[in-house]
Amino acid sequence: MRIDRLLCLCITLLPALPALAGLDIQNWSTSQGARVYFVENHELPMLDISVDFDAGSARDRREKSGLASLTRQVMTMGAGHFDERDISEKMADVGANLGGRLDADRAGFQVRTLSGKAERGQAADLLAAILSAPRFDAGILEREKARVIAGLQESATRPEYIGGKAFQAAIYGDHPYALNEGGEVETVAKLGRDDLVAFHRAYYRAHNLAIAMMGDISRAEAEALAEKLAAGLPPGAAPAPIAPVKVAEHGEPQVIPHPATQSHLFMGLPGLQREDADYFPLYVGNYVLGGGGFDSRLTKTIRDKKGLAYSVYSYFTPMREMGPYQIGLQTRREATHDAVESARAEVEKFLKEGPSEAELTQAKNNLVGGFPMRIDSNRKILEYLAVIGFYRLPLNWLDTYTARVEAVSRDDILRAFRARIRPAAMSTVIVGGQIEGQDK
Amino acid sequence: MKRLLLVLSLAVVPVATPAHAEIVEQTLDNGMRVIVKTDRRAPVAVSQVWYRAGSMDESYGTTGVAHVLEHMMFKGTKDVPAGEFSRRIAAAGGRENAFTSRDHTAYFQTLQKDRLELALKLEADRMANLALSDDEFAKEIQVVMEERRLRTEDNPQGRLYEGLMSTAFQSHPYRHPVIGWMNDLKNMSVGDARNWYQRWYAPNNATLVVAGDVDPAQVFGWARRYFGPLAAHPLPERKPQREPEQNGEKQVIVKAPAKLPVVALAWRAPTLADPENDRDPYALEILAGVLDGHASARLNQSLVREKRLATEASAGYDPVARGPVLFMVDATPAEGHTVAEVGAALKQEIARIARDGVGEQELARVKAQVLASQVYQQDSLFYQAMLIGEWTTAGLDYRARDTRFRKLKEVTAEQVRAVATQYLVDDHLTVAQLDPQPMDNVKPARRGSGGRHAN
Repeated sequence: MRIDRLLCLCITLLPALPALAGLDIQNWSTSQGARVYFVENHELPMLDISVDFDAGSARDRREKSGLASLTRQVMTMGAGHFDERDISEKMADVGANLGGRLDADRAGFQVRTLSGKAERGQAADLLAAILSAPRFDAGILEREKARVIAGLQESATRPEYIGGKAFQAAIYGDHPYALNEGGEVETVAKLGRDDLVAFHRAYYRAHNLAIAMMGDISRAEAEALAEKLAAGLPPGAAPAPIAPVKVAEHGEPQVIPHPATQSHLFMGLPGLQREDADYFPLYVGNYVLGGGGFDSRLTKTIRDKKGLAYSVYSYFTPMREMGPYQIGLQTRREATHDAVESARAEVEKFLKEGPSEAELTQAKNNLVGGFPMRIDSNRKILEYLAVIGFYRLPLNWLDTYTARVEAVSRDDILRAFRARIRPAAMSTVIVGGQIEGQDK
Repeated sequence: MKRLLLVLSLAVVPVATPAHAEIVEQTLDNGMRVIVKTDRRAPVAVSQVWYRAGSMDESYGTTGVAHVLEHMMFKGTKDVPAGEFSRRIAAAGGRENAFTSRDHTAYFQTLQKDRLELALKLEADRMANLALSDDEFAKEIQVVMEERRLRTEDNPQGRLYEGLMSTAFQSHPYRHPVIGWMNDLKNMSVGDARNWYQRWYAPNNATLVVAGDVDPAQVFGWARRYFGPLAAHPLPERKPQREPEQNGEKQVIVKAPAKLPVVALAWRAPTLADPENDRDPYALEILAGVLDGHASARLNQSLVREKRLATEASAGYDPVARGPVLFMVDATPAEGHTVAEVGAALKQEIARIARDGVGEQELARVKAQVLASQVYQQDSLFYQAMLIGEWTTAGLDYRARDTRFRKLKEVTAEQVRAVATQYLVDDHLTVAQLDPQPMDNVKPARRGSGGRHAN
């Protein structure tokens, strides 16, 4: 067992790319209309593929919450002339790994394979079948529903899950971003095969697909591979955009009792879109407030100075529509009040004063100086390709990254934070202990 | 749902050194080893300083001190004030962290290649000049207790794993959690941390591993300049602490607030000692792959898909360690099925292999995955350095990783059957189960009370 000094948080901000790297992103569309993003690199005999559809949980309806996730999950369990056992055995036979992911915006699959013709060919055949000809076997569906429900029930005992879900519901209200990605016990229980078939037909379409590839194949081979992946998908327009997020005027406070020894805090509001004029001021500013690890004010105050938490942070999750800004920490029950008020005070102070020049310089030095490490592996580059492709960001997004970080001023940060992070609009969820001075 | 075995290494760990990468080594006069692996795919370098001191070197009453000291290593030296190490690395664009395990403590930075020198200079400083102030200790020990609450107290799987380890091992210090028992943390003093630092933090107990787009001669030069002047000192005697033979199945039940039970089976298994001549550890690694190498491997195929007894099932075994190791399988019973049923089904899968062996195609499939993972591992610079550090602190020659790959390919179906028969026997088994407790006081959210305007 390993114990890291700092929990690695999944910060979903798109990282940077150095101008010096000169990442040559090739981009085209397949004959069916799927968009392709490719970086050719022959240093290692391997290939990474990511396919992402606009078919995330924001496409769910409230009464069928969990459908997007279940559809994606069951797609890999039998497709075309492969049954579920064939799929995993044939992937393993060539040493390929199949993964998947789903968030509110995206539903996707990733394949890592050796780049030899036989290996990558077999992996691609399997992936193509998964995308276009999933069987949705009724027996397997029932089994997977039971597994999903068991997972949801187990999660519902965990403070981090309880709090995250309540926070999401609080800040998004009626917007589909409020829906739990995995669904609810009651809604998943009612999903039937017809629902999955209909969801797949509606959203797994070539025009709704971004393919990213990184690795040891030629452009011609990449084109053929992309054609194969999209070949069985119906064309058709991308689905209508999801509604914009309306940020509530007033956030709501909640306390959810839990027997855990620590209280968990979730505080924030919808804050950032993937394509957003204030992306860089908010990103750089948040490094100073709560995103920069041991450089951040939240860590310095609440962890280093007061010893109140192991993990304390803030981050933006940029999404198609306004993704969440969240401040979080965990602290022993009796310190709940102190820790929560300290976090709140840091946010308010930051909104009042912004970063100092020294803090801003430190943030820029880290973000610019750390740029080469953001694209130092095939896997990391694939992730950029997937994001650029899915969200249709400019192909030079990475090339301009460091310059745009450098251009951010203290005033930009203050203006952007004051516009987005209104304290009255923030919701607060505390799972766990009593709030001293309030409940007594 | 997090699975218990996630804390262990994956069943089939990739192997071998890519032909284009070069590894060179020097030992400084003070006994510090310096190992450099060049990899020029990106203009980046990783530095890792490994100390051969982990929780297995701790004593009763001060468990967790290795990890506490790891935290304190960021709290300042005579010349570099608290927090300044991290600030300087961050200012250089670097990422840094540290980790403590049973066997070792390691500190790392990833930087642009031309900024590597800064990391080496700072690491050398804190190897010898740590301040360890009362004030910083008093705060940091609170942080570590918060970490324990987060990882273990409030985490049912964490508690199950802790219970399993402290049951499976009777005398060996692997029975202590890396993070330490809470009561030991509450009673720990800065003097305990200082003793630990003085005993184990010495160049002759450390290995520097650098990987990336670097010039080895330059790295050796920096190592001599910064680490070279540090004095070696005698290390405490390391007692063997050999775990006595187990003569009967052991059981432990851990009760924790949760919904689903978990059952875990752990057998005593061999540690890799001689990469060239050992055979059983390789066969056991292949066995773990047969059980859980992919979604159609035996445990998932049988328990989850066909019998539908479990919602998940997994296996794990990592023979690279300083101390005794375990071969583990675990599963989460599906609704309507008991821990007893699922535990029996897990044993049945092992018995089936002990009786009937494994198919040639099954074996080939696991080996294909080993072969591929050997390529995939090269995509991560950090992981390449990590493997060198792990092997070295475990007392193994990292060059033998090539040997290991060859030996895994040589494993036969009969050897897999034989190790299942020999090692996975009830007398060497520990069974741990998570007995989920209801959480009566969890109610729907109360709105409008507390939170925002608590004052």
